[in-house]
Amino acid sequence: MSTPTRHRVIALYKQLFYLGREYPAGADFFHKKLKSAFVKNKDLRDPAEIQKRIDLGDYVCKEIEAMYHINKYRAMKKRYYDTQDESLLQSKLESGNWEDLQAGKR
Amino acid sequence: MSNNLRILVATKRVIDYAVKIRVNAAGTAVETANVKHSMNPFDEIGTEQAIQIKEGLEKAKTGKAEVVVVSCGPAKVQETLRTALAMGADRAIHVESNDELQPLAVAKVLKAIVEKEKPDLVILGKQAIDDDSNQTGQMLAGLLNWPQATFASKVELGEKAMTVTREVDGGVETIKTALPAILTTDLRLNTPRYASLPNIMKAKKKPLAKLTVAELGVDVKPRLEILKVAEPAKRQGGKMVESVDDLVDKLKNEAKVL
Repeated sequence: MSTPTRHRVIALYKQLFYLGREYPAGADFFHKKLKSAFVKNKDLRDPAEIQKRIDLGDYVCKEIEAMYHINKYRAMKKRYYDTQDESLLQSKLESGNWEDLQAGKR
Repeated sequence: MSNNLRILVATKRVIDYAVKIRVNAAGTAVETANVKHSMNPFDEIGTEQAIQIKEGLEKAKTGKAEVVVVSCGPAKVQETLRTALAMGADRAIHVESNDELQPLAVAKVLKAIVEKEKPDLVILGKQAIDDDSNQTGQMLAGLLNWPQATFASKVELGEKAMTVTREVDGGVETIKTALPAILTTDLRLNTPRYASLPNIMKAKKKPLAKLTVAELGVDVKPRLEILKVAEPAKRQGGKMVESVDDLVDKLKNEAKVL
């Protein structure tokens, strides 16, 4: 198997493997899924089809990075910034005034 | 506009944000052995900001910037420095110390580094997520007698000056300051990039200078003593009630709210 996309595919696998180390559901879980996803497509021969899969892999990389960022951002926001929102939420819950709350959230 | 900037970014290696913190048996500190560590999220934002400034200057062809990252602590902080290098910093300085470093000590170390490196801008995270001191940037500004722009949520660089939007209680404040200056980052400043695998490999070849606290001649003796570290009170579990009468009875006699 010495196709022009070989290196590209291996690099993609490595990048995804590396990203999977921090996966919230566990690295093992992710690495198993990753391997089966690649094994499933091992018999692909059509270059256009292979390119499509590589593009999908790149997209998944981006999605995972975005997910990690949002997880971290949310954790930070919850820890350091949400006290005001919480008291706001509490007062709105007590007065039952939901319209203002929605508007306050932008 | 022509700019040749040197940007110093201070980073701290802290317990990863996702790890559940445990207090040690003696109740004097949190457990750090065999716990995942990573770069302080606010310092990540600071590193990203420095790299964005550098890339912005290169793209506009109006100047160059060198991004220098610095971290103090035991040998393991080099991992954090490598992460910053993989993100795009040019070189790193590791100030080795196996002692506990408090914000004042770190500010003094950074002052010594600033005097050596002569940067135009020093970027720090507004606080570390382990001790939540939120002091190092301010102390460094005080020691150097430099202007400071803390809690930045937007930074625009101009000729020998910068305009910073700061997050303050109940809104934002825009200030203009001359360079050199201290900048501390807030959460919404930018989205830190995730270092790609090839960049991590390249980062291993980037220069990393090693210094010791003694070489810099800085007194890092702790000024504060931690008396006790305690976990927050455990949440008590809920109770199932059989009937309305049971509920009313419990509210009256146990919760005493009726």
